[in-house]
Amino acid sequence: MNPEPSTNDGCMQPLIQVENLVKRYAKRSLSGQREEKLALDGVTFSVSPGTTLAVVGESGSGKSTLALCLACLERATSGSIWLNGENIVQLSEEERRKVRPQIQLIFQDPASSLNPRWNALEIVTEPFVLQGKWKREEMVQRAHSLLEQVSLSPEFYTRLPLELSGGQRQRLAIARALALEPKLLILDEALSALDCSVQGQIGNLLLELQSSLGMTYIFITHNLAMAAHLADTVAVMNRGRIVDLGPSETVWKHSECHTTRQLLAATPGLKRSLPTGLER
Amino acid sequence: MLSVLDIQDLHVSYGSREAALRPALTAVNVGLLPGEILGVLGESGSGKSTLASAIVELLPSNGQIIKGAVHFEGKDLLQLGSEELRRIRGARISLIFQEPSLALHPTLRAGEQVRQVLAAHTSADRRSLRERTRQIFATLFPEEVDRVLQSYPHQLSGGQRQRVLIAQAIACGPSVIIADEPTASLDPTTQMEILGVFRALREKLNIAMIFITHNPALLVDFADRVLVLYAGRVMEVGPTATVLTSPRHPYTKALLDSIPPGVEETANGRKKKFSAIAGDSSFSALPRQGCCFEPRCSQRMPLCKEREPAVVNLSESHAVSCFKYES
Repeated sequence: MNPEPSTNDGCMQPLIQVENLVKRYAKRSLSGQREEKLALDGVTFSVSPGTTLAVVGESGSGKSTLALCLACLERATSGSIWLNGENIVQLSEEERRKVRPQIQLIFQDPASSLNPRWNALEIVTEPFVLQGKWKREEMVQRAHSLLEQVSLSPEFYTRLPLELSGGQRQRLAIARALALEPKLLILDEALSALDCSVQGQIGNLLLELQSSLGMTYIFITHNLAMAAHLADTVAVMNRGRIVDLGPSETVWKHSECHTTRQLLAATPGLKRSLPTGLER
Repeated sequence: MLSVLDIQDLHVSYGSREAALRPALTAVNVGLLPGEILGVLGESGSGKSTLASAIVELLPSNGQIIKGAVHFEGKDLLQLGSEELRRIRGARISLIFQEPSLALHPTLRAGEQVRQVLAAHTSADRRSLRERTRQIFATLFPEEVDRVLQSYPHQLSGGQRQRVLIAQAIACGPSVIIADEPTASLDPTTQMEILGVFRALREKLNIAMIFITHNPALLVDFADRVLVLYAGRVMEVGPTATVLTSPRHPYTKALLDSIPPGVEETANGRKKKFSAIAGDSSFSALPRQGCCFEPRCSQRMPLCKEREPAVVNLSESHAVSCFKYES
């Protein structure tokens, strides 16, 4: 079977450790030929508890496939994902169902990931209902405290997702993700659809939750400035591979990786290219 | 210099039969000089897309232009009949939208889609239409004219599709292009590439442009002037460098502060709190007394609740609507 994950000598045990992860999609070309697309091509990294890993890269680089594999929504073709000493790639469907609550996903567009006919309270109560471990009053009480945690005031509890603003919807999605006390939160472009002024609010909420609950984040984005602000480590992806990996500062400042430099060059920075005459 | 497009006191509202009219744009005044790029900066619900569609009267059916005028080539567009407008749209003023995959016909080749624009507005014969189409593609796809001409939209990348839309937009030699978030669905690298295309077009063809975006960083080094919209009102308008480096309106300041600065700066101050603006803008367009930004403003004064601030001209080209600058 699989070898035990290699531990970095004496350092904190990583929360999740990914080794040589490969995901192939089979597709049929227009002429009917079978083709294979390598979405993930030997991805290896680990994330320590309480830290944030930012995954950046252009569209099509495999970021979202990685998120789906980690959340047990897609099964990787080969490689391993170690969580609590278990390789979740190898688990049976039944066992994977038990792992899923520990890893939660938040998507870009909360409007399409929330049931439009349920109100905020019902949406947040649903994870408890599915687990079936609690009594009715207890579930409602837990839901209330979750909504409080993401600063949604009681007047919004009975609103439907469409009656909430984009920022409030994303708060609701975060509350639902936190319901089952996950260890890892994967944020797939979670801030990208929000207004600039609201991105900051949600970003602050994520930082607060990290310090109060010790949450671990994998933050997938193509907004480098946001990644730089939130992340401890950065992984740069290109064509299914991680081409650059390291502490945030090292990657931004000293990386010689071509993809990283290219992404940096394409990031419109407000302060970076102000008309001082130096930039252009 | 005389403006090519002059928007005067434009008011637009949305409403249905039952509900009261809800204002989307209030008293918007702005002129566009020939060859100028005007950046329109606003968050969702600020009325920026309403502005784009109101200029060429393409508002959704529940939208109404309450009053105002849009002067273009000696005419008021809002007074024109539908046939006259049809001749202007796409030919003299063209539009580019956010999602190129939705704006293009999925089963027509790229070349054909541009040829049809030409055919709708000119009475040239088939051969010259084909030649003209080729010429336009040659400027936008210098390396692979033939392949792109023959391609269906799904065979092209996002950036290439956006270039096909640009080809449609410039086909008839317009004097104004209105681009509504044209790069929002693209990768950062492709985004820069498309901005480069716009820049080159302006230099070569002297096309004036209204560039609508929610991302101020895109306007740096690109737009000549910036107009900041909030809740359908112009908060601030002025030269890009002035507005983005020393914003005067509290909203513009707060908006620019809430964006993490370039990667180089943030790497040092990592995991600091963002300076976010409290509250959100989604319901701020509702009619209320006083300044529309007052509920979220950190510098509010008692006066702000009482009436709406008037436009204050700080310099010849820089104007702000805020009581702080009223004397």
